[in-house]
Amino acid sequence: MMVAPLLSLKDLRVTFQTMNGQVSAVRGVDLDVAPGEMVGVVGESGSGKSVTFLGVMGLLPNSAIISGSATVDGVELVGAPNKTMRAVRGKKIAMIFQDPLSALNPVYRVGDQIVEMIQSHQHMSKSAASDRAVELLDIVGIPQPKQRSRQYPHEFSGGMRQRVMIAMAISNDPDVLIADEPTTALDVTVQAQILEVIQRIQKEMNKAVVMITHDLGVIARVADRVQVMYAGRVVERAGVDELFSHPTHPYSEGLLNSLPRVGQDRLQPIPGRPPNMLRPPDGCAFSARCEYATDVCLKGLPELAPLGPSMTACVRAAELTLGVKA
Amino acid sequence: MTDDTVPADDTLEDIDAREALNVKGLSPFQMARKRYFHHKGAAASTVIMTILLLIVVFAPLTARYGVNQQVLDISEGKNQYLSPRSIAWMGTDQIGRDLFSRLIWGVRTSLFIGVSSAILSVIIGTAVGAIAGLRGGWFDDIMMRVTDLFLAFPFIVIIIIMRAFLGAVPWITGIIGDVSSIRFIIALFAIFGWMGVARLVRGQVLALKEREFIEAARAVGASNSRIVMSHLLPNSVGPILIALTLSVIGAIVGESTLSFFGLGPQPGADAVSLGQLVELSAEGAKQGNWWMVVFPCGALVLLAVCINFIGDGMRDAVDAKMDIGG
Amino acid sequence: MLRFIVRRLLWVVPTITLVTFLVYIAIRIGFNPVASYLRANPRASEAKVQQYKDINGLYEGPWGYVRGYFRWLWQFLQGPDAWPRSIKGRAEVWPPLRYSIFNTLRLAGIAAMVGIPVGLGIGILAARKPGSWFDSIANTTAFFAGAVPPFVSAVVLQLIFSVQLGWLPVGGVYPPGHQGFDLVLMIQHLILPVLVVVIQTVAGYSRYMRASLLDVKSSDFVRTARAKGLSERTVLFRHGVRNAMIPIVTVLALDIGALIGGLIITEKIFNYPGMGVFFINASGKGDFPQLMPYMVIIVTSILLFNLIADVTYAFLDPRIRLD
Repeated sequence: MMVAPLLSLKDLRVTFQTMNGQVSAVRGVDLDVAPGEMVGVVGESGSGKSVTFLGVMGLLPNSAIISGSATVDGVELVGAPNKTMRAVRGKKIAMIFQDPLSALNPVYRVGDQIVEMIQSHQHMSKSAASDRAVELLDIVGIPQPKQRSRQYPHEFSGGMRQRVMIAMAISNDPDVLIADEPTTALDVTVQAQILEVIQRIQKEMNKAVVMITHDLGVIARVADRVQVMYAGRVVERAGVDELFSHPTHPYSEGLLNSLPRVGQDRLQPIPGRPPNMLRPPDGCAFSARCEYATDVCLKGLPELAPLGPSMTACVRAAELTLGVKA
Repeated sequence: MTDDTVPADDTLEDIDAREALNVKGLSPFQMARKRYFHHKGAAASTVIMTILLLIVVFAPLTARYGVNQQVLDISEGKNQYLSPRSIAWMGTDQIGRDLFSRLIWGVRTSLFIGVSSAILSVIIGTAVGAIAGLRGGWFDDIMMRVTDLFLAFPFIVIIIIMRAFLGAVPWITGIIGDVSSIRFIIALFAIFGWMGVARLVRGQVLALKEREFIEAARAVGASNSRIVMSHLLPNSVGPILIALTLSVIGAIVGESTLSFFGLGPQPGADAVSLGQLVELSAEGAKQGNWWMVVFPCGALVLLAVCINFIGDGMRDAVDAKMDIGG
Repeated sequence: MLRFIVRRLLWVVPTITLVTFLVYIAIRIGFNPVASYLRANPRASEAKVQQYKDINGLYEGPWGYVRGYFRWLWQFLQGPDAWPRSIKGRAEVWPPLRYSIFNTLRLAGIAAMVGIPVGLGIGILAARKPGSWFDSIANTTAFFAGAVPPFVSAVVLQLIFSVQLGWLPVGGVYPPGHQGFDLVLMIQHLILPVLVVVIQTVAGYSRYMRASLLDVKSSDFVRTARAKGLSERTVLFRHGVRNAMIPIVTVLALDIGALIGGLIITEKIFNYPGMGVFFINASGKGDFPQLMPYMVIIVTSILLFNLIADVTYAFLDPRIRLD
């Protein structure tokens, strides 16, 4: 990597203390994101993709235990005191959440919520901050921004609400943007618009963006690089084009194959279901559902290793020819 | 805890089998029961109430004397207002009757009143609330206005007025008995207790009505009554049970309150209610006969606390958010 | 919003009329005013009984009830001087009623002004760190305090502080025979009743606030607020409490509406001459001329505060916009 990464995760782990025991949601994730690039993090529900970044931001409940390292522009976040976290959240690293209706406070006007964000990190008078809020709404493409900034969240449509969230997120010019399934709650037509807004911000403002999603279509559209997560670990890391043309992990292959295609007789889902993270299996977590699994897959946790231009956590990857099946 | 390492010679079939066992799901009932007993107050109260119920149900065996029996004949010596001693564990009252036995008989009567009126309240309330929630329309509107109004009134005022009213209408007393009878008071509490239950059930039905499994049931052609019986009611069991426990203690405390004002049930020569015993505690306080205050009021408080705990435990049991953390 | 208020106010009038009519029926049937009058005045002549019936409009039969109601209503609306007199001793109804209202407002008002903020405060502190020792103690104490029926706590407190220790008087507003205003004496007499009510209030509101705030704390927008880098205090108050208050304010308004009926149990135990005792005495005697004004006052209060509750809710929650 030429430029130093703005966000850097090393061996990040998150464990939850529950009434039924310990749940290992994230079991060692590495990630580097450089300014101006968008890294997609893809995985099914329960893969740990959201929990990883909620943990980095310190937004998990107290029952979560986070270890490893996560640095933003050199500042270590894991184990950092509250003061540091507060200074970093919203200023160096900002998050866009999945459901903008529940993520925005219903009793405050939209403009005021952005102003709150601005004033918590910058010295600005209320009127200056309000003007800036209107500017931001304009940047994200909301028509009549001045009037709309006086409205409440429930008065916006889903797509517009998400733009508001984006405007709020970039209001302090953070280095890193984390988008947690920003389009999942939206209509397909609106999805494209939102992705376009995020990509524009990424490129024009040179931000490091993490796009968390379960939707490969989103990845294909906007991501530069991709990390595929399964059962709390990264199983493949590749450039977008590489991933789609030459997946190097059976899970990635399975995901690609499960996308419906024209002319298909039957859908090809991945058989089985994700493992119970209360008692994570030893060995490759995907082996129970993998058609290529052999005994070697059960011996110890597979680590990411290079294979061609990609990195893969499949110990048999070199022997297999993976790809979308005709 | 089972050993998590995978033996080297395990086949994939074995893994599948073990994975299936690993995710041994607990049924919702089992999970609720687990959460219930996790609530220490509820667990302890369940034990206490069970013991109490056993004592009270087997009253002829456990009470040392009959309801109106004097601990010793007046000719053998003073028997009024004796403080606790071996022949009368909780002392005697103004006619020399054993307070301990009368307390057992009294709790028995009052529990009977409480449980009967609670069951009736819940049946009526569930029916009304379910219909109001499902049908909506004018029935719902009227019902809600009426119940709102009644619930807003001070409970005692309503009860006193309604007691007078119901007691003065001959054909009503023909059905539910005379004003001082137990039947009357059960009916009274049932008639004015169902409203709280109706609101609860209506709220639950409204929330469930929108859920997708109801839509699904309709889509496969389930009739309204089937939807109510097989889908809505089973999912409302939680709030209904909670309403039931609160109704029981509401009726018991209500009965004591009415007795305090001299309007309580007079169960006749062969029985006594807790309310009657509590009624005497005010005088007992002024006369300095502490046992007349401590034991009946103590019993009332014990019942109130235990039943409230049980209700609280049930609230925890149906609340799925409890599982993370702690 | 204004149109909503006006419309609701217009509805309130017929509703009060209907409800008081139903109350009228219930009281006439339940308390049999004529029989009560006879009980109170056993040697009254036929003429006097008839006069009582006429003044109060106690006509028989279903249509008689309607006529009677409107006659009563007409007299009521003309003001306290036109109200029929009480059955015992022909005393006017309004002066003792006014005195009772004043006393109840004093007792309930003080208790509310102390109990509600304290309760809400405890609830907030408890929800701030759920599971902490403060939370456990506060929650458990509130639970017990709420579970114990109020008259048990009243009797016990009276037993301890008035009878055994003799620190505080047993009841009443002032010692018997006292004239004039004396702040110290008044406070002495108020302490125990206020305490009983405050215990109930604090127990209730601390649990409401705790539950509501915990619920709000787990919402997405609180997470967003934290993600903005706001201090815990700002998140707690500006986002948490502000939203948690919405359902509580509704309950609060309804509670206040019901207060005017009197804190019946507490007043009875401490012999405090408020609306509660007024009602108990009136209903005990079957004193129709006293019961009806009492009921009208509380019905009006409840319905008005019902309206206030709705309006306040809409005011606090912009999602609810009344048409």
